Amino acid sequence: MWEIDADVLESVSLGAGILGTGGGGNPYVAKIWARGELERGARFRILDPTEVPDDAWIVGSGGIGAPTVSVEKLRRGDEEYRALRVLEEHLGVRFDGVVPMEVGGGNSIRPLIAAAQAGIPTVDADGMGRAFPELQMVTFFIYGVPPCPAAIADDKGEEAVFTAAPSPQRLERLARVLVVEMGGTAGMAFAPMRGTDLKRTAIPRTLSVARDVGHAVRAARARNADPVEALLAATGGSLLLVGKIVDVERRTGGGFARGTLRLVGSGPYGGEMRIDFQNENLVAYADGAPIATVPDLICVVSTDAAEPITTELLRYGQRVAVVGIRCHPLLATPEALAVVGPGAFGYDVAYRPLDPGGPLPWTALA
Amino acid sequence: MADVRVGVDVGGTNTDAVVMAGRRLLGWAKTPTTADVTGGILSGVREALARAETTPAAVRAVMIGTTHFTNAVVERRRLEPTAAVRLGLPATASVPPFADWPADLRDAIDGRGYLAHGGYEYDGREIAPLDEAELRDIARQIRRQGATALAICAVFSPIRADLEWRAAAILQEGLPDVRVSLSHEIGRLGLLERENACILNACLSGLAATTVTAIVAALHEMALDAAVYLSQNDGTLMSAEFARRYPVLTFASGPTNSMRGAAYLSGLRDAIVIDVGGTTADVGALVGGFPREASLAVEVGGVRTNFRMPDLLTLGLGGGSLVRPGVAGTPPTIGPDSVGYRLTDRAIVFGGHDLTATDVAVATGLAALGDPARLSPDQRALAPAAIAEVRRRLAEAIDQVKTSAAEVPVVLVGGGSILVDGALPGASTAIRPDHFEVANAIGAAIGQVSGEVDQVHSLDETSRDDLIARARDDAAARAVAAGADPDTVEVVDAEDVPLAYLPGSATRVHVKVVGALRAASGELQENLARSSPLATRNWSTDVGD
Repeated sequence: MWEIDADVLESVSLGAGILGTGGGGNPYVAKIWARGELERGARFRILDPTEVPDDAWIVGSGGIGAPTVSVEKLRRGDEEYRALRVLEEHLGVRFDGVVPMEVGGGNSIRPLIAAAQAGIPTVDADGMGRAFPELQMVTFFIYGVPPCPAAIADDKGEEAVFTAAPSPQRLERLARVLVVEMGGTAGMAFAPMRGTDLKRTAIPRTLSVARDVGHAVRAARARNADPVEALLAATGGSLLLVGKIVDVERRTGGGFARGTLRLVGSGPYGGEMRIDFQNENLVAYADGAPIATVPDLICVVSTDAAEPITTELLRYGQRVAVVGIRCHPLLATPEALAVVGPGAFGYDVAYRPLDPGGPLPWTALA
Repeated sequence: MADVRVGVDVGGTNTDAVVMAGRRLLGWAKTPTTADVTGGILSGVREALARAETTPAAVRAVMIGTTHFTNAVVERRRLEPTAAVRLGLPATASVPPFADWPADLRDAIDGRGYLAHGGYEYDGREIAPLDEAELRDIARQIRRQGATALAICAVFSPIRADLEWRAAAILQEGLPDVRVSLSHEIGRLGLLERENACILNACLSGLAATTVTAIVAALHEMALDAAVYLSQNDGTLMSAEFARRYPVLTFASGPTNSMRGAAYLSGLRDAIVIDVGGTTADVGALVGGFPREASLAVEVGGVRTNFRMPDLLTLGLGGGSLVRPGVAGTPPTIGPDSVGYRLTDRAIVFGGHDLTATDVAVATGLAALGDPARLSPDQRALAPAAIAEVRRRLAEAIDQVKTSAAEVPVVLVGGGSILVDGALPGASTAIRPDHFEVANAIGAAIGQVSGEVDQVHSLDETSRDDLIARARDDAAARAVAAGADPDTVEVVDAEDVPLAYLPGSATRVHVKVVGALRAASGELQENLARSSPLATRNWSTDVGD
């Protein structure tokens, strides 16, 4: 058991921004909210997955909606918590812990608050090991936790429980439609599972990874060392390119911020690179051939501060480093690649794992 | 003289004034800025009019750019006790107003936040109806608090503003003497950033009323019967009456004016502008005659805002920057420390003892100033490498700022721009136009009027083209209401971005238009379309900014 205080919160939100691979939205508002909760006495207690009893009840948590809305209509403050309570009532159980939906953007922070409000710990794990755009992409569902029941709650006290859906994809669609009616943002509780299933399906210790990555980058900045070097060392990442953005081409459609990014600079694959993105960075190409693909993490950060740049803020002239990080093995199995591999995003490209640049940060629960 | 206008730029050190008739510069002056602002403006305008041989009565309009209000926030001086009322309950309670403010600034304005029901969803539905009794109770609390300024911010007010107006009317019944600022007039989507900007505006409202009233009164006393405008951060103008209520919109108008002035003086609408002052150099991109705006949050005095700010790269490099030899074969360093406005007594060529960037410019023959004989052989030997370092840093900045890989023209303005001459890497040409040292005051003088909308719509019922056309019409109506000539209104920025992660094709539409001031439309448009080099050449030794 460890705790996230105001200083660790800075590291976790920076690290989660980097692991968000360009998506997940800006964690700023969620961070300020969490800081306020800490000032009001909240405690963010973090439980290692090995400390979770096999028969404990754990619930997935996070926000669903549009980042553009969540920076304008801020949370009432109990949406994720109420979704959790509604799901408890429906199941007739009490949850013993919360596990974040993803370790990217604001959804790495909101579950901490819901857990603190419920007086239970957050498990040091998540369902994506990065950010993905849709609910069916969490490892809980990929590895067989049923899509229902799930619950959502909004700012006006409206709550709903999904009692049956044939697939996680259908749950995603149904929830999304309801969120529109709720005004574009809502809190969600989903994938209620026993400790055994959590340990089998979750990506373990990713809050620790976010914290360590954030710490390393902040420490490097403080002592005027190279923060990109620090990022590489902390993630076992490999430097794909250091250079400059020379073109950002955006296409619209399907509720995604799609586009193509072109860079010039230097790196092991030559001086030019292209990255396709759909909210998150998905495929990086050099000389027309893919060199890194989803679900491996393709992180675009500023060269001077290793500050993550979300895809909606990419712009010509930015000096960036492109860091590739081999994803957690749980994302690279055939059943995971069917849902989060290049093909699931419409690319006719095979997943080719990145060579690690050093020891990877991921751990396994043997 | 059909259309004489006076442009004024009030900087931290100098107040510059120019007198213009149509596209002709008739005269200009540089005078020290005074603590009350008004004194410096008056002496500058008086001197510029005298040099222009123009009577005050001929002046139709005075345009003023000032950093006065930015400085008040940065220095935490002369700010009003301020209350902030947010309309958003039951949403938004998770992060109350003032959540991420520096404690000293919040204390300086005795800042207190209140949450009330109201606000809109992204599609214009009400989150909750306005609760009049709740607002009357908040008014009573604010009266007890003793606030003299009030900021009102409703969720999604850039899409629908009427709740802010209704809440203002109810609150003012109980607070008749309090100055009210409404967020939809100030910022765009992004609740915390817009609310912060609105609070900054409110806490400046007393100072603005006093300062703007004093400026207008003093100008009228000088027998200037002209309309008075202030420059906004996007390079367009607002009336003195509007500026009294929205002083925060003057933030960053200085760099914007200097870029607009550079566009005017060079005749270029798309270029990189480098404004070199005494301590810093600002590098920015002109797109269609206006500065490209920053897309990231901008901090002012430690407060996060989302103003329409020019996207600038600022280097610690100016005419007064100190020059030091490099260590172990590295190039000499320039800045970031500077002698600033004391250049004329501390630089070597002016009899001082500090080797400045201006000294090395003189040593290499870029400028003919002061007494070059005072430079030692060592200092002369260092100079070429120092100038090469200046060029290297500027070239790097140009490369970061430009919007495409193609070479672009570069316009050099500001007193410190004597440090560079000729071609710069990445630049197709480098122009230092005549009157480069008063580009900022010229930028103020040629200001236009803008209108802007930033809304979220559904594409289910309307086509994308119709949506953009409607936004364009709304923006044009706003510009005309602010004083633009309808015949000159043109779109300078239009973008639509679909909301990520939401079905139902909701799209955010942002359109901005500008037009010439109604009184003087024809000539202004002509000026922007094809400005020509001005008649007189006038070198100045002043590189203070």
